[in-house]
Amino acid sequence: MDWERHLLVVPILLPLAAGAALLLVEEVRHTLKATISMAATLALLVVAIVLLRMADGNGGDAQSMSYAVASWPAPFAIVLVLDRLSALMLVTTAILALAALAFSLTRWDRAGPHFHSLFQFLLMGLGGAFLTGDLFNLFVFFEVTLAASYGLLLHGSGSFRVRSGLHYIAINLAASLLFLIGVSLIYGVTGTLNMADLAVRIGQVSADDRMLLQAGAGILGVAFLVKAGMWPLGLWLPPAYMAAAAPVGAVFVILTKVGVYVLLRLSLLLFGGLSGDMAGFGNMALLWGGLATLAFATSGVLASQAMGRLAGYSVLISSGTLLAAVGMGNIAVVSGALFYLVSSTFAAAAFFMLIELVERAREPGADLLAVTMEAYGDEREETEEPEDEEIGVVMPGALAVLGVSFGCIALLLAGLPPLSGFVAKFAILKGMLDGNSLADGEIPVGAWIVMALVILSGLAALVAMMRTGIRTFWAPLETVVPRVLVIEMAPILTLIGLCFAMTFSGGTLIRYTDAASRALHEPAGYVQGVLGDNREKADR
Amino acid sequence: MELTLAIAIGVLTGSGVWLVFRPRTYQLVIGLSLLSYAVNLFIFSMGRLRMGAAPVLGADGVANPADYADPVPQALVLTAIVIGFATTALLLVVLLVSRGLTGSDHVDGRESR
Repeated sequence: MDWERHLLVVPILLPLAAGAALLLVEEVRHTLKATISMAATLALLVVAIVLLRMADGNGGDAQSMSYAVASWPAPFAIVLVLDRLSALMLVTTAILALAALAFSLTRWDRAGPHFHSLFQFLLMGLGGAFLTGDLFNLFVFFEVTLAASYGLLLHGSGSFRVRSGLHYIAINLAASLLFLIGVSLIYGVTGTLNMADLAVRIGQVSADDRMLLQAGAGILGVAFLVKAGMWPLGLWLPPAYMAAAAPVGAVFVILTKVGVYVLLRLSLLLFGGLSGDMAGFGNMALLWGGLATLAFATSGVLASQAMGRLAGYSVLISSGTLLAAVGMGNIAVVSGALFYLVSSTFAAAAFFMLIELVERAREPGADLLAVTMEAYGDEREETEEPEDEEIGVVMPGALAVLGVSFGCIALLLAGLPPLSGFVAKFAILKGMLDGNSLADGEIPVGAWIVMALVILSGLAALVAMMRTGIRTFWAPLETVVPRVLVIEMAPILTLIGLCFAMTFSGGTLIRYTDAASRALHEPAGYVQGVLGDNREKADR
Repeated sequence: MELTLAIAIGVLTGSGVWLVFRPRTYQLVIGLSLLSYAVNLFIFSMGRLRMGAAPVLGADGVANPADYADPVPQALVLTAIVIGFATTALLLVVLLVSRGLTGSDHVDGRESR
């Protein structure tokens, strides 16, 4: 059907329209703003699920769907491309966004101006980055995402946020410049920015130009590795994520995954089957970089005192695992890595939100928040505020629910059964042991090191989480039970529930990620979907 | 002309990188700006340097494309300039806020001992 094609552009247009409309609504009309924002995010989730079904619809067919914006034929204009991987990322983003947004409704969205608009623009940038089939548009959508994330990171103000925000912005600006250098080098050599066209032309690049092309690809990769937080480019990450407001920290978890997504997409598309003897370029760097990240983050997790820092390092652990898995570059490992990506994203996001609730009772920052709220809100809102708190339904047995959720998240992060973290890690490790790479019947040294580090990092996460859990939930004799509202707990429980569901229907999901991974390893299908599709259209 | 451009890009990049590593926020902004000029020139040069060639086709229809400069890098540079401008402005605001909150123009918010 023809109208279905137009759905591809919705994940970009819908948040853009919602975010712009929200700018027109006065800051004091919280309910209206929250309603628009929630409705838009909910609609985004529905569209993302429809897109997922569309991408998965044609069974074993590895071909991608493309949408030519303004109907120009393919290599010359902007295209959006949908395949299983981008659809999976879209759904993950939408679920995460919905949870974070629901969590923010009790008070965080009022801690500063334009929270909802920034949030929607962030979603727009993410949607664009996952769907675009063009390197330069990738840059533009990255910048949209980053610009919105700068605003969100500073949301709620306070000197710690401003200081780590400053570092975050400076590093990302420098990374964007590297991105531009990489893109222009690749354009200079191949004369195209369309990813599908690039995949075809890269195999035909003459030997003299190869070095320039590889330099370009390497510089481009560094820009994404900064986003993904690879050691030693990821030192900015824990403080920035720790400083962010809880719902912002939760949604930022997906930002590191954008870096991983692009690396996965580009390394398999550009240096996959079509690139001739340049295939596998950069895989070793990803593998060893991922391992260094894992080692660094493992020690970071063990050394963390504050829960926020612990959460920041657990994001790095998941980045390191993913990078190493991408570097292994075999179909089964990548499939497990996609499963792990979804599971670890949900777990880390739930953790960021949970931390705020647990620390609420003793958090000195709570006073600070009240001050900034006074600075930004007006009198009407101030008088409303205490009333609001009374009206909201207080969670019964708050400490028990918090404790159980904390335990579940610990299991997820450590990768222990029975939750999805275990299934994910098991899938990755199994892929390493009996993948196609074992043609010579011998398991490479790298695989053993990856395996050891993945398991060790799980152990470290477990130790750190247990230590924190005991200190928080068991040790104090006179605990101040935090006041937790149902609407704040619901998103966390939903995310954990989804991880449970991922365990139970693991087979279905693994089948999907297997298909996604196989499609990624056959770039011809992607190219066919973009170039072939539009050539037919142009002929008509 | 190639040599002039290459030296210009090199000098801008070198000074930019040096300034970015300095501890003051003002130096950081100037450094990032210099770097972005260098990158813009670099993108432009990736379309190959041509003297007196227009990037836009005339109204008289199809001509020999070899007579024209590559328009794509020029369009990319425009986008990059706009985005760089916006993000630098945002960075400036954050710098001012940081200066106000911490009372120091050190990037860490306090002097290193």
